[in-house]
Amino acid sequence: MKQILLSLGIATALVVAGCGGGNKQAENTAPKEEPTSSAAGTPASVNEADAATLTGKVSFAGDKPAARNIDMSANPACARAHTGSPQKSQEVIVNDNGTLRNVFVWVKTGVPDRPWPAPTGAVELDQEGCMYKPHVTGVMTNQDIKIVNSDPTNHNIHPLPKVNQEWNESQPPKGDSKMKKFAREEVMIPVKCNVHPWMRAYIGVVGHPFFAVTGDDGTFTIKGLPPGKYTLEAWHEKYGAKDVEVTVAPKDSKTVDFDFKS
Amino acid sequence: MSKSRWLPRTAKRLILTSRADIWLHRYALLWAFSTLFLVVAGGLVTSNDAGLSVPDWPLSYGKLMPPMEGNIFYEHGHRMVATTVGLLTIIMAVWLARAERRPWMRRLGWIALFAVVAQGVLGGMTVIFLLPKPVSISHACLAQLFFSTTVAMALFTSERWRRGAAPVDDSGSPALHSLALAAPLCVFVQLALGAAARHRALGVLPHIGWAMVATGVVLWLAIRVLTRHSGHEELRRSALALLSITFLQVFLGIAAYMSRIATAEAPQPMPLMVGFTVAHVAVGALTLALSVVLAIQVFRHVRRPARELQTESIAITSA
Repeated sequence: MKQILLSLGIATALVVAGCGGGNKQAENTAPKEEPTSSAAGTPASVNEADAATLTGKVSFAGDKPAARNIDMSANPACARAHTGSPQKSQEVIVNDNGTLRNVFVWVKTGVPDRPWPAPTGAVELDQEGCMYKPHVTGVMTNQDIKIVNSDPTNHNIHPLPKVNQEWNESQPPKGDSKMKKFAREEVMIPVKCNVHPWMRAYIGVVGHPFFAVTGDDGTFTIKGLPPGKYTLEAWHEKYGAKDVEVTVAPKDSKTVDFDFKS
Repeated sequence: MSKSRWLPRTAKRLILTSRADIWLHRYALLWAFSTLFLVVAGGLVTSNDAGLSVPDWPLSYGKLMPPMEGNIFYEHGHRMVATTVGLLTIIMAVWLARAERRPWMRRLGWIALFAVVAQGVLGGMTVIFLLPKPVSISHACLAQLFFSTTVAMALFTSERWRRGAAPVDDSGSPALHSLALAAPLCVFVQLALGAAARHRALGVLPHIGWAMVATGVVLWLAIRVLTRHSGHEELRRSALALLSITFLQVFLGIAAYMSRIATAEAPQPMPLMVGFTVAHVAVGALTLALSVVLAIQVFRHVRRPARELQTESIAITSA
């Protein structure tokens, strides 16, 4: 079964190879190809001339939760990486400007149902200082995820999807990177390391390129959106998801803000 | 056993308690204690969320001895203790096959060996198939049953057991034998619900709800034995042990639940929660084992009311 799924994954990757652009934290753009036919079965793209942009910020209201220290004494290699300043939990990070970091913002509904090409570039998920970096990230379906272990200790990478295939693999200290991908849309997939139970990351797998993750200024930008009516969702690991309806006209540039409360 | 039952006590002691028997009993105790330690090691794996910290099986990271860092310590440590208990079980089964006079004990030795092999396979399946809930819960339940088997075998090999029965009558209602059967069954259901909660197949509410039923039945049995048969040493000791361990278990259950709530926001399993939860799992295993011991003692020493025996006799005749 695994071999069949692997073969399907490789075949799909070959089909979409050569299409698409790259992903960035806090900003994501549509593929840069010239407009092509959007008939079913052919890769979809956006008429850049008509493309709209959504920007916004995710605010946080209420008492800022105290960040909890992580105790890494169970593994000296991990503890050494944070000598002098203990690593804090990344569950809730409120930026200095009162915004929320690590919020995954994506277009949940309304995107034309076409095979949007996955970028050829891989999204990197590193294990450094016995923490996943980045803590929250987004990829397109069948886009490569390059998993790296920069630590001098063993890790195991264990995604817990509900829709995609679950797997659990070890990665030796500073070992070779692993390339993985998820075939189906799923927001979000928690990723654990069972060796280090504090390690957790979240991957949003989306069938199109219209998503972003808030960074240290709490803002997001989604570019290249075709004109239309959409549901925009902001997801946070502790505070859940919030939806907003938004309609964009050609060349529109709209601001959509979200507000989470403790 | 049936023949020795009617021998005078001193004669039985002389005939049955040989030096080999004493060593067999000591070994059975060691085996039972090792199994309890294995239950503790298994509890540490689940409570520390270490179940999949070693992604391969039967080797660990492709080796016999991986680096014991982070949660690998708990998972591989559990495997090492399990291997030791497996070896102890093989020795026990072979020892019984060669030296034990009672055929049913020899059979019990082989059953224990089969159980420990099955338990190892279930443990491997939990790793290979990424903690499927039915397999993980079965692994937890079989661990409890296996531990009770080792305790029962330690009892069966004891010098006290070899002395034979000291029969007493009990004509109360409901029949003491029925209560004695119901108690371990209720405790086992409670342990299964606890395992289901720990492996997130069920919420904790069924476990909390059934705790009242299981505790009620255990108290009923123990108090009934203590009030009616306090002069019978075997029954009294077994009932007192079960009663004490049940109180401890209820306290640990509350402590485990409260500590889980108190540390729910923590970024990792906290020692307070892990300590109380593992103690709750281990004392749960002891509760089941002691309820099994009391049931065995009731069936061994307490004579059923004549009417009940008559009904049984009719049933056997008609069969």
